Amino acid sequence: MIALVDGNNFYVSCERAFDPRLAGRPVGVLSNNDGCVVARSQELKALGVAMGAPLHLLPPDVRRQAVLLSSNYALYGDMSRRVNQVLAEFSPDVEPYSIDESFVGFDGFPEEGLEAHCRALRETVGRWAGIPVGVGLASTRVLAKLANRLAKREPAFEGVCRLDADDEATHRALAACPVEDLWGVARRSAERLALMGITTAWELREADPRWVRSHFSLVMERLVWELRGRPAIVLDDMSEPRRRLLVSRSFGRLTGERHELEAAIRQHAARAGEKLRRQGSLARAVQVFVRTSPFLVGEPQYRNAALVALPAPSADSRELLAAARRALAAIFLEGYRYQKCGVMLLDLMETERAQPSLLETPADDARRARSQRLMATLDRLNREMGRDTVRFGLPRPGNPWALRCERRTPRYTTRWSELMRVKTS
Amino acid sequence: MSLSHRTRIRVVGRAASEGVGPPRPLMGCRVRAGFPSPADDHLDAEIDLHAHVVKRPAATYFVRAEGDSMHGDGIHHGDLLVVDRSLEPLPGRVIVIALEGEPTVKRLERRGSGVWLVASNPRFAPIPLAGRECEVWGVVTHVVHDLLGRAP
Repeated sequence: MIALVDGNNFYVSCERAFDPRLAGRPVGVLSNNDGCVVARSQELKALGVAMGAPLHLLPPDVRRQAVLLSSNYALYGDMSRRVNQVLAEFSPDVEPYSIDESFVGFDGFPEEGLEAHCRALRETVGRWAGIPVGVGLASTRVLAKLANRLAKREPAFEGVCRLDADDEATHRALAACPVEDLWGVARRSAERLALMGITTAWELREADPRWVRSHFSLVMERLVWELRGRPAIVLDDMSEPRRRLLVSRSFGRLTGERHELEAAIRQHAARAGEKLRRQGSLARAVQVFVRTSPFLVGEPQYRNAALVALPAPSADSRELLAAARRALAAIFLEGYRYQKCGVMLLDLMETERAQPSLLETPADDARRARSQRLMATLDRLNREMGRDTVRFGLPRPGNPWALRCERRTPRYTTRWSELMRVKTS
Repeated sequence: MSLSHRTRIRVVGRAASEGVGPPRPLMGCRVRAGFPSPADDHLDAEIDLHAHVVKRPAATYFVRAEGDSMHGDGIHHGDLLVVDRSLEPLPGRVIVIALEGEPTVKRLERRGSGVWLVASNPRFAPIPLAGRECEVWGVVTHVVHDLLGRAP
């Protein structure tokens, strides 16, 4: 059996864990630069605020009632880590799927006690991390995902829902589930399925797997098996395999200055390099993209991307930065006001799998070892002394791509100077 | 000898790495005979204060105390408190509790049939929990107080 555990309105729950005053109030978390609502408490949803709604379009009475916060990614990341740490107390097999979702495998656990085990898990996460979670338990990931949704939607489940593949309740749940609500079914596939008479999850389950494969894809066939209770998918089917890594950000204000774009790209490339090394990968190519704001009618529009292949797979920020700079130079045009730029590292591979080239000399070896030491030192300094302690080139203060985060709450768990304050009197 | 005197080093090339003989298999274990080494008893790890104080990392948080009503428990204004959210708020323990939305540190005490929040400074009256909106946040396990007067 496998469980999908996910945090209810995760960002909002993180904020509430450290500020009890937010309980019961409509709370929203805003994206950093475009000011859209990216997380909503139940109360904010009840006020009719849609996911992705821009801050400036919210009705005045909603803005008055609601607490709207800038996103505090340092806090959310740390709380996500803590939740997974708690989950690890309940099973050795914890697989984070996104910042607020993890799969927990229960192979080898006695089946009959699992529901109680999951209730204890949910209660413990709630107490230790202060994060309410929903748990969907089933024999496959696809069913667990569906069970998780039921657990959140139906209060009667009290946060934990178990679906057994051949149960009558599962049949009813699948019959009531539109096929496009299934994990891994894109809207276009759902439209094609509908043309062939398959509109519910139950109808997909009953379809002939070989027929599904020949008309759709291997992944869709695996879905059929999963719905029947036979594990068939691997996470790579559903998520971005670790093949590319993107760091991008909108500018806080539009800019046409070359040096500002260069500085932004430098910072994005450095951040991408840091992430790349953390996951133990090497990149084979660096892509840079820039674009103007597509929403500014009347402004000249431009978007472009350039890709520079690296001479050899690398995780050295200096090489990534050099490639990114060349790519930017190839596409930057004067006379436009840019709204967004980003760096994507492509065709990643695991560091251990790297093959030394036949042309390599001992000097190359030494250079590589040196680069690894330098990058490890750089990452350690930035990890231990705080982000951006060591960086490439100096971003100037007041730069347009700095996060806009006026309403950010303290980074309660990652900064000494921002700890939660408790009164004694 | 003058301090400014420097020994100059000239690099003449790489040290040869040949000449170590044919490769030999590396034994992964040592054969033990006779008495164990008396030094084995002294293979201590470095003392790790963090591990000593933080028993459950996933559930442990650091918070900052404000105010002077908990002096008797050794909690001063500006002190760092270690809070474990996995522990039970038993009577006698110092806890962090949200009192009408305000995170507060107090000692939990059972008096008669009721539960009270008690300050350790006599100037502050005990607060009965009955009829109050409150939620226990965690149990304070340690206080870090800087004797040099800096915020720890």
